[in-house]
Amino acid sequence: MTKQRAAVLGTGQTHHRSKRTDVSMPGLLREAVDRAMVDADVTWSDIDAVVVGKAPDLFEGVMMPELFLADALGANGKPLLRVHTAGSVGGSTALVAASLVQSGVHRRVLTVAFEKQSESNAMWALSIRVPFTMPVGAGAGGYFAPHVRSYLRRSGAPEHVGAIVAAKDRRNGALNPHAHLRQSEITVESVQASQMLWDPIRYDETCPSSDGACAMVIGDERAGDDAPAPAWIHATAMRTEPTTFAGRDQVNPQAGRDAATELWRQAGITDPLSQVDAAEIYVPFSWFEPMWLENLGFAADGEGWKLTEAGETALGGTLPVNPSGGVLSSNPIGASGMLRFSEAAKQVMGRAGDYQVDGARTAVGHAYGGGSQYFSMWLVGAGKPA
Amino acid sequence: MTAVESEPAETPEQPLSAPLDIGFDYTRSVGPVLGRFMTALAQRRILGVRGSDGRVHVPPVEYDPGTAEPLEELVDVEAEGTVVSWSWVADPLPGQPVQRPFAWALIRLDGADTALLHALDTGGDPASARTGQRVRVRWADEPVGHIRDIAYFVPAADPPADAAPTAPAPPAAKTDADDGVIDTVITPVHLNYTHSASLEESRYLRALADGRLLGQRCPGCHKVYIPPRGACPTCGVPTTDEVELPDTGIVTTFCIVNVPFLGQRITPPYVGAYILLDGADIPFLHLVLGCEASEVRMGMRVRAAWRPREEWSTTLENIAHFEPTGEADAPYASYAHHL
Repeated sequence: MTKQRAAVLGTGQTHHRSKRTDVSMPGLLREAVDRAMVDADVTWSDIDAVVVGKAPDLFEGVMMPELFLADALGANGKPLLRVHTAGSVGGSTALVAASLVQSGVHRRVLTVAFEKQSESNAMWALSIRVPFTMPVGAGAGGYFAPHVRSYLRRSGAPEHVGAIVAAKDRRNGALNPHAHLRQSEITVESVQASQMLWDPIRYDETCPSSDGACAMVIGDERAGDDAPAPAWIHATAMRTEPTTFAGRDQVNPQAGRDAATELWRQAGITDPLSQVDAAEIYVPFSWFEPMWLENLGFAADGEGWKLTEAGETALGGTLPVNPSGGVLSSNPIGASGMLRFSEAAKQVMGRAGDYQVDGARTAVGHAYGGGSQYFSMWLVGAGKPA
Repeated sequence: MTAVESEPAETPEQPLSAPLDIGFDYTRSVGPVLGRFMTALAQRRILGVRGSDGRVHVPPVEYDPGTAEPLEELVDVEAEGTVVSWSWVADPLPGQPVQRPFAWALIRLDGADTALLHALDTGGDPASARTGQRVRVRWADEPVGHIRDIAYFVPAADPPADAAPTAPAPPAAKTDADDGVIDTVITPVHLNYTHSASLEESRYLRALADGRLLGQRCPGCHKVYIPPRGACPTCGVPTTDEVELPDTGIVTTFCIVNVPFLGQRITPPYVGAYILLDGADIPFLHLVLGCEASEVRMGMRVRAAWRPREEWSTTLENIAHFEPTGEADAPYASYAHHL
């Protein structure tokens, strides 16, 4: 069965901050939604359905927030869906919205994802101690740090590569007016001098805790044809695997490899590194850049760090990764995946401002979540898919 | 938190369960509309918001339910109104506004077009609550900028003779110093679960109480899981073969936790490590002590350090930590497929 063509008509996001106490949760979402609707040049009557995503409810202590958000999202009298796939949710939410258009069910779908981390404490929420177990859990950093150590051992990557990623992404963030952290003066040396939090992950190699939201309007082929600079959706993929099973590869998970293989197959891409112009990859801890470069097939196993070390993932390199500053510069968890997807779209729409990759025609947005068990990704292009 | 058996020891095939109590004081930034509503409550006034169709919503909504446009026109409504519908609460829960039998009532205040959900106190008498009844606000003694500044409603004509017992006052709201409008309210949330282990995990936990480490082998792929799961996550078949494992193994990988956080149970710095027991095919997370954190290595041989026998119960915490055996490290190739 052939999918209908679909395109991103417009994107919007909040200014991400550690505390957005100036707005309510609905107000935070509306800031992103209003900007996306202006960018897409649509009004409420143009929107057929709304798809909202956020990370676990314990993060804000609001169960089923989609219910009380319906007014703010203009969803009364329309289909409203909520998607939940942990940290990857921003990506999978965009893909569910896209599928409603690709299936021919709706013409224009509003999609939005958010997190208001300041209302709670994600470290606490991710370290709930279940009875009968050892209380060694220490948030997301505590979960991922051992697997980063495994990557270092497996790849033989030199220790400074993580710091290169962090310095690059934070400097990129300084070019992005919406970014939470904008650190134009950060250096590899200053990252290496920052406190070791979850050895081998340092403070400056860790994502911030942000309040923020991101929204997009996705339209069908006719709507895309009418838009001045749409981002056409060329390929989408989602895969899942269990958190633990004997022999699971936590460094290079099968679900991520399978999703990437499917993405390249759909888009007809045979050499991702040369055929993709920019990538927005979910990198909450610096070392996940080289790890996901390998998982996505941009580099051979154990060699992702060489692209980073050679500067090929910086602006001006072969494959700029996270030109927006990425998760390391802004992390409203539920929105972080959608920010990757929308920043990829902005690149091919030519709307990325000071962090625009020159001549970007094809870009990838990527998100992962849980214990590296959910993967979602899309490939967008300036041109209409064949 | 202590593991507590829900059933007597004579029924060993009952699954184990234990309380899991979590709570957090969420800080809710309320935005400009609800902020003014909360601020007015602290002044014993009730505000509604006028919608685009002219209707007055109480409590106020930030966006119009019909047009989705932001709403800004706040109007005073009366502290008296009419019961639209109600439901009797015979046994109030802790924290509910009235601590004797009461009604949850939908009340349309005079001047409002929508109903507000709140508590109606009739002195504990369900026969005194009825639809269409006129009711009025009983204000809290010390308003803090919270919906519970309205302590509860009482029948306007024949209020109960005595004041109702109420739950402790909510935390005070926070106010932006510049304009005096409340911007944040604190909403404590507590969840009280009974966490139950599976039958297979319960057998493993009871073995731990005897100082034994009990896993299960998959009949399909022959992988040994500890804790046992009752089914193989790869093959999808039931696992019934029990395997007793030694208390020695290796560290596959680890991190050193240097960061303190809310709810943390072990004082940092500590080494959280994946321990792969000899004969097991999957590691579990535990603590490594007995050497400097900087000396812990991937592949390091370790042995369980058990707590004193009299402290054992049905928990992996019977093992206080793992510590180095001093043997040669396992070669990388022997555990590379466990990373």
